[in-house]
Amino acid sequence: MARRITYMQAINEALDQEMARDESVIIMGEDVVGGSGSDGEMDAWGGVLGVTKGLYGKYGDRIMDTPISEAGFVGAAVGAATAGMRPVCELMFIDFVGVCFDQIYNQAAKFRYMFGGKAETPVVIRTMIGAGFRAAAQHSQCLYPMFTAVPGLKVVVPSSPYDVKGLLIQAIRDNDPVIFCEHKVLYTMEGDVPEESYTIPFGEANVVREGDDITIIALGRMVHQALAAATTLAKDGISCEVIDPRTTSPFDEDTILESIENTGRAVIVDEATPRCNMATDISALIGRKAFGDLKAPIEMVTAPHTPVPFNGTLEDLYIPSPAAIEAAVRQTVEYA
Amino acid sequence: MAEVLSVEDLLDAYRTMKTIREFEDRVHVEFAKGGIPGFVHLYAGEEASATGVGLQLRNDDQLASNHRGHGHCIAKGVEVKGMMAEIYGKKTGTCHGKGGSMHIADLDAGMMGANGIVGGGPPLACGAALAAKMKGTGGLAVVFCGDGASNQGTTFEAMNLATVWKLPVVFVFENNGYAEATDARFSVSCKDIADRAIGFGMPGQIVDGHDFFAVHDAFETAAARARAGDGPSLLEHKLDRFFGHFEGDNQNYRPKDEVKRLREDICCIKRFAAEVTNSHGVSAEQLNEIDEEIAVLIDDAVAFAENSPEPGPEDLMTDVYINY
Repeated sequence: MARRITYMQAINEALDQEMARDESVIIMGEDVVGGSGSDGEMDAWGGVLGVTKGLYGKYGDRIMDTPISEAGFVGAAVGAATAGMRPVCELMFIDFVGVCFDQIYNQAAKFRYMFGGKAETPVVIRTMIGAGFRAAAQHSQCLYPMFTAVPGLKVVVPSSPYDVKGLLIQAIRDNDPVIFCEHKVLYTMEGDVPEESYTIPFGEANVVREGDDITIIALGRMVHQALAAATTLAKDGISCEVIDPRTTSPFDEDTILESIENTGRAVIVDEATPRCNMATDISALIGRKAFGDLKAPIEMVTAPHTPVPFNGTLEDLYIPSPAAIEAAVRQTVEYA
Repeated sequence: MAEVLSVEDLLDAYRTMKTIREFEDRVHVEFAKGGIPGFVHLYAGEEASATGVGLQLRNDDQLASNHRGHGHCIAKGVEVKGMMAEIYGKKTGTCHGKGGSMHIADLDAGMMGANGIVGGGPPLACGAALAAKMKGTGGLAVVFCGDGASNQGTTFEAMNLATVWKLPVVFVFENNGYAEATDARFSVSCKDIADRAIGFGMPGQIVDGHDFFAVHDAFETAAARARAGDGPSLLEHKLDRFFGHFEGDNQNYRPKDEVKRLREDICCIKRFAAEVTNSHGVSAEQLNEIDEEIAVLIDDAVAFAENSPEPGPEDLMTDVYINY
């Protein structure tokens, strides 16, 4: 039965249900319990923003605080996965991948191939992405394109409470390594979420809004910026189709190409910086495979080629806005 | 008190050490002839280290290795023919020719993989140890690092984590004096790597890595501690490699005749053979028989590798994912 809960609660519920279902599911990360070894309370934090709160009381030692040693504990999660566990490892902010990337892209991602198909590494790395918290340059990035470029990794960027639950359960049950990118601004967003357990398959885009004039492709928080723009544009009679790929690897090309076949126009919105991001990747896809359908050049709305600024005015300028999306759509629609 | 090894155990140990030596000496020869592609890092000279540890590992114990991993694979029970074929890049190799010398792994045998990244293994071994601990199997993980990896941050993080989580893991540092072409006396900030154990809250011990019995006894203690749930240990095996960092290394950073002297004076296999025939009831004939078996084994492995098919274009895209 569906009820309204937040994105954060949906993540907690997915973890809870999977830990109850499968004893090999374990959680590790910095302060995912909070209070380990101290004289105060256990489950003091339940994650820095409280996402894993309450799980310690139910599952005890299966949820583990770690030292601040990302290479150590991400690597341990990877090693435990090869040895029969299903670790869900929390890399607090995706920005911290700089100190542990080797364990992800050289180790976890490559084991199956390098070892001739004999390894299984069912690890999930949950991590926060995105700007909007005034968290500055090292706690605000959208680095999913980097992971998307690595063969062997699957990459998920959920945009709603419903999706985040179904995709996380799928990620935990998946036998390949998964990078699960949670947008921190969405944590408090509410939505209808069924109480029972369910999965959403990877590689299946969601047509969030149907339309005929133009296709807007957006991920994560940008889905909501795109929907806001689409609502405004509808008042002027511009009908936008909004597609959320949901996973960047694997990637659902067909849903996008079918939409472009109908609309002939594309705007891609990506909170990542503009070089070698999902917008350029999807743009290349459409350019190669839907060239004949296009009525106008593809437009991209992305963050600028800068670090994320701290100052609120600057950060708001940095994040692709509904107004910027609206302008890109108008430009595309008005092109010849 | 150290376990008394049976004649059968000693013959097993000899067989493993000698297999590693013959395997590596032969790879050296075949590499020079041009039959083997890529980068190859040979383990010859260090056999007592892998063997003294490997003999005490259960099948479900996990071993994480490094660049110089052939000896660890053999000591963990990985099949020699498949290894040789893998080094040749053949489809019949342990990893179907897609891993190569630096990535031989056999998870069914508890071999988590050689590793092309210095310091890549210690966090992974912590994970394997965590799995053993959570499943309550009494199993352990052992990770072999060189003096080079002893300076990596991943190694420090893993040692700290192992103590914090009280993991059944043994960190074995095979200090052969050189990280690539740089002397450990330059690159390691303390006199002995074993001294670092104290900073990570675990016992550390210096071991003569040329002495099978010393290695065996030190690991016996560390393994017992791990299996009892008392946490990690660090062992520093002081030893020497008989070849360069990789095949093709001119080794001009080493004193002239160092290797010749090492092979003559402190070869761990000669030392072991002398000791077991003198005072452990093993006969020279028994060792000779093993030598003959191994000569055939290695000849067969090379023939198998040479005659095996290459992977085909159909193999390029397989096993990137389980499903995608």
